[in-house]
Amino acid sequence: MTQRQLTCIGCPMGCQLTATIENGVVTAVTGNTCKRGDSYARKECVAPERTVTGTVRCTGGGAPVVSVRTAGEVPKEKVFDVAHALNTALAHLPVAAGDVVIPDVCGTGVNVVATKSAK
Amino acid sequence: MKQVQLAIIGGGPAGLAAAIAAREKGVEDILIIERDKELGGILNQCIHAGFGLHTFGQELTGPEYAQRFIDRVEEMHIPYLLRTMVLDLSGDRVLTVTGPETGLIQIQAQAVILAMGCRERPRGALNIPGYRPAGIYSAGTAQRLVNIEGFMPGKNVVILGSGDIGLIMARRMTLEGAKVHAVAEVLPYSGGLKRNIVQCLEDFDIPLYLSTTVVDIHGRERLEAVTLAQVDETRKPIPGTERRIPCDTLLLSVGLLPENELSSAAGVHLSTVTGGPEVTDRLATSIPGVFACGNVLHVHDLVDFVSQEARKAGENAALYLAGARAGSRSVALEGKNGVRYTVPQSIDPENMDDTVTVRFRVAQPYRDAALCAYADGTLLRRIPKRILTPGEMEQFPLRKAELPEGCQTITFTVEEVAK
Repeated sequence: MTQRQLTCIGCPMGCQLTATIENGVVTAVTGNTCKRGDSYARKECVAPERTVTGTVRCTGGGAPVVSVRTAGEVPKEKVFDVAHALNTALAHLPVAAGDVVIPDVCGTGVNVVATKSAK
Repeated sequence: MKQVQLAIIGGGPAGLAAAIAAREKGVEDILIIERDKELGGILNQCIHAGFGLHTFGQELTGPEYAQRFIDRVEEMHIPYLLRTMVLDLSGDRVLTVTGPETGLIQIQAQAVILAMGCRERPRGALNIPGYRPAGIYSAGTAQRLVNIEGFMPGKNVVILGSGDIGLIMARRMTLEGAKVHAVAEVLPYSGGLKRNIVQCLEDFDIPLYLSTTVVDIHGRERLEAVTLAQVDETRKPIPGTERRIPCDTLLLSVGLLPENELSSAAGVHLSTVTGGPEVTDRLATSIPGVFACGNVLHVHDLVDFVSQEARKAGENAALYLAGARAGSRSVALEGKNGVRYTVPQSIDPENMDDTVTVRFRVAQPYRDAALCAYADGTLLRRIPKRILTPGEMEQFPLRKAELPEGCQTITFTVEEVAK
């Protein structure tokens, strides 16, 4: 059994949560003052995920970079790999908002898409 | 002189939402004047997600949020000028404008909406001693360099100020390969959202030093290091707590200031607390036909509220153009005991909407408190709040039905609840 401390991000209260984890399963959450804290801790302790945003360098037009995002959330431990993929990719202009810039980034099954049109 | 019914100064989130609302209310002749090369304002460089939860029920990035409004402006064929700067606004609503399409011209507007936004407090306003080497940027400048221009300002970074832009840039610089050594905050608490503290700092093990500031800057040509020190309750550095942190980049995220040079030149009354125009519940400034919304009025933390406020300004400009005028009476709104200011600063009790959203910030964090509204000393209503922080704008819905006849002043306060 392990215990993990974390700060709830559900609202400005920022409750200090303690999650009890047994065999990879959250068995108890304390310190929360609403149910958002409970569900946040259960997700964050077992399978934390993040949306990654950044820029991809462009060629063939005027814009030096285009802003991008992962179309969904990716596992938190893949955040740096995804950031590295963004930093080494090249997009050929023009790009329209919503275009897939990197398919299935880092084997996550999630596409990286442009958040803005660039030319 | 060129004539226009409604001139909107600024094509960011406030200007766009105001233009759309004014057109929906029947104003045909609108002109948005934007100094950048594209519409969308600061949202274009805010490429992180988290915008629009209130408006669209999903977490958009800044450019995606802006695009929804830009698309609507395009669909409605609302004219706009890009790379075009308003140099002057006169008290009788004549705009002096310069840009590649217009040259230097004057425009007579029947109504004007001020939507110029805000800018960052610069190093010069902080009195940090030391040399003036390269490598010191406001956080927003660094954000523009990285996210739009595609340049990295440096590799070893210290951030002064823990507002949301500073926190967002800590993560952004880290993901671009820089090492962020510390975020220093002079106050004993961060003004940033909890979510940003966790996801921008804790996720990357970036330390946040509270009650700490930069007391020296080292390096003549390029920044070489900064000295941090803890401060006491009066924000004075405590001798013996100094520590030197080698770095090549210092980002300043130390506050935003509404950008009101034009308003001021026109003679608009400005609030000494917000730095923005004093407005009525119609978002009308002291000059008839001139309205204000968004960060030029007071600095917001959520763009959703900018869009809501701007929509009101657009609707009210349309009403003004259709002949609506303020009533003869005015009720003053004021903040006391922890409520720093209110927007609006006054309401027109005859013509007010059934509910007017009064927005303000509190002076310090409170737990288990209540927001209270008093009409000439009589309690109207109290709204219990488990938490209040200066970083989050508060909203108090003031109802027309609850205002006593002949009321002069409505006072908003924070009251702590005894446990």
